[in-house]
Amino acid sequence: MTIEVRNIVKRFGDFTALDNVDLKVESGELLALLGPSGSGKTTLLRIIAGLEWPDAGTISFDGEDALARGAGERNVGFVFQHYALFRHMNVFENVAFGLRVQPRSVRMNEAGIKKRVTELLDLVQLGWLANRYPSQLSGGQRQRIALARALAIEPRILLLDEPFGALDAKVRKELRQWLRSLHEEIHVTSIFVTHDQEEALEVANRVVVMDKGRIEQIGTPEEVYDRPQTAFVHSFIGESIVLPVNIEAGRVQLGDKVLDIAPNGATPGPSQLFIRRHDVILQPPGNGDLEGAVRRVRAFGPVQRADIALRTNGNETMIEIDAPRDRELKVGEVIGLKPKRYRIFASGA
Amino acid sequence: MSETLPLRDLTKAKESSRSEPALVRYIIIALAVTFLTIFVVLPLIVVFTTAFSRGIGAYLAALAGEEALAAIRLTLIVAAISVLLNLVFGIAAAWAISKFEFPGKTFLNTLIDLPFSVSPVISGLVFVLLFGAQGLLGPWLLANDIQIIFAVPGIVLATTFVTFPFVAREMIPLMQDQGTSEEEAALSLGASGLKTFWRVTLPNVKWGLLYGVLLCNARAMGEFGAVSVVSGHIRGETNTMPLLVEILYNEYQFVAAFAIASLLAMLALITLVIKIILEGRLERHHSDH
Ligand SMILES: Nc1ncnc2c1ncn2[C@@H]1O[C@H](COP(=O)(O)OP(=O)(O)OP(=O)(O)O)[C@@H](O)[C@H]1O
Ligand SMILES: [Mg+2]
Repeated sequence: MTIEVRNIVKRFGDFTALDNVDLKVESGELLALLGPSGSGKTTLLRIIAGLEWPDAGTISFDGEDALARGAGERNVGFVFQHYALFRHMNVFENVAFGLRVQPRSVRMNEAGIKKRVTELLDLVQLGWLANRYPSQLSGGQRQRIALARALAIEPRILLLDEPFGALDAKVRKELRQWLRSLHEEIHVTSIFVTHDQEEALEVANRVVVMDKGRIEQIGTPEEVYDRPQTAFVHSFIGESIVLPVNIEAGRVQLGDKVLDIAPNGATPGPSQLFIRRHDVILQPPGNGDLEGAVRRVRAFGPVQRADIALRTNGNETMIEIDAPRDRELKVGEVIGLKPKRYRIFASGA
Repeated sequence: MSETLPLRDLTKAKESSRSEPALVRYIIIALAVTFLTIFVVLPLIVVFTTAFSRGIGAYLAALAGEEALAAIRLTLIVAAISVLLNLVFGIAAAWAISKFEFPGKTFLNTLIDLPFSVSPVISGLVFVLLFGAQGLLGPWLLANDIQIIFAVPGIVLATTFVTFPFVAREMIPLMQDQGTSEEEAALSLGASGLKTFWRVTLPNVKWGLLYGVLLCNARAMGEFGAVSVVSGHIRGETNTMPLLVEILYNEYQFVAAFAIASLLAMLALITLVIKIILEGRLERHHSDH
């Protein structure tokens, strides 16, 4: 099932939560919606599910108008951020709910329901909890039951709103792997919301980065990480060193110093230079390099992280870099930094 | 408190902060007990002793009298209808207020409390002014031969009005507390609005609902002021139990009056017991999540 979202606008009062959102999700894809809090991720998901209605725009599933149908007729499985399990039903009944409320003409008989629920509980590996109530489950267990409940109706689309948001780091990591392999098994078109970039980059085929109700970039994890299209994406994904520069006559100027890097077609004027922390080469201070004194070094794991006080225009700017450990840095030492890879975005863009 | 204080002293200090002068504690407890005895226990004892003062035979005879039976029947009918109406209205109002956004919501929320803030006698009078012979709709009702005031419909109306807030007030905070996410989950799983209500919304508030119904029923059976205004006190026809108690008392038929009163008192006691059970349930239900 493909999902096509076109020019969706959603306002709450005079606040625009979604501003002309366009998105195409391919069949069988596992797509991550990534963005800071309040960027409109949940709102977009709810509109796709039919729990919220857009002010403008269209949504179609496999070319068919989805807005013509209510939430119950879209056959969309929704996993809520806070699970929303039915608290007065046990796990079995929670999962069976979607089967029981079907119109009598298509409803399974009791044996069929029992078989299907048992299968689903096995799929999420929680068959032994069938008789428990939601209040007697751990967060990770609730999340998996919520997923089983959503899968019971054999949804054409699966939407997950921060499925692992409320869980601790270790459980998150496990469930992440588990979701990935589950998706490989059942291959239903899925969108999941997260504001954890690592989660998005690791689990999804493609990542949609949102900010302030707009889509900033859509791409594979490598694309959004290595070739961010906007300053926002660059600073939101991965750790970056950001320096204010000026593009003038095809040269990149940091203060009164001309850097030995090409502007790569950046438009002239005040701009921002983005460098990944690990994309700098350490060398003896030279002419066109960034130059600064080492202030603090923390060496752990494969890299050493150092605070460097860059000298620009007589001022000092503190930046953090990650350097391989083969070259030992000493506090007080003055070093040159040559950006290996970098991107320049016009300021204010 | 210093940190080096031994644990033993700490617990002692904690105890004494609660149990300061023992005398004060005893005085307060004694006051409460005396108050309860005078205002609650004594009246109850008086009701039952007076009711049985001529023996159990006279008591049963008083209850089996035609007027008494008519009053009991009427009270049960009125309470049944009012509770049913308020069950429906109360759930509807609570559902609307707690699960939807609409203009005038705050106003509706305030309006629900109106019956509590108005004297029952005034409530009764309003119905007389509306439906009485000289009332707003009086001529039309007369022309169509419909009698509301001084008849059962008036009593039902007045009782329903006075007891309206019980169910709604009990349900609104419960429903608000539960939010809408379970309903949304049900909808997206394909349940219709009605099925969602029956299978998700209602089961989640059932103990609160029962609690509201219980209080509503107790008040409906015991209502005096509003009913007194619209009833017309027609013997054997429009007298509810509380009204009959007053009439009998004024006629110095103490045994009969208190026999009926004892039924109302028993209703109160039963209500109390069920209330305690329900409160326990409600609490457990709440601490579940
Ligand atoms: N029912 C509503 N009424 C008014 N404003 C709303 C409503 N729902 C969402 N908003 C606003 O719309 C914006 C987007 O909300 P949304 O829940 O989609 O954000 P989000 O990206 O999911 O954030 P988070 O990561 O914190 O969950 C927020 O600024 C929020 O305040
Ligand atoms: Mg959200």
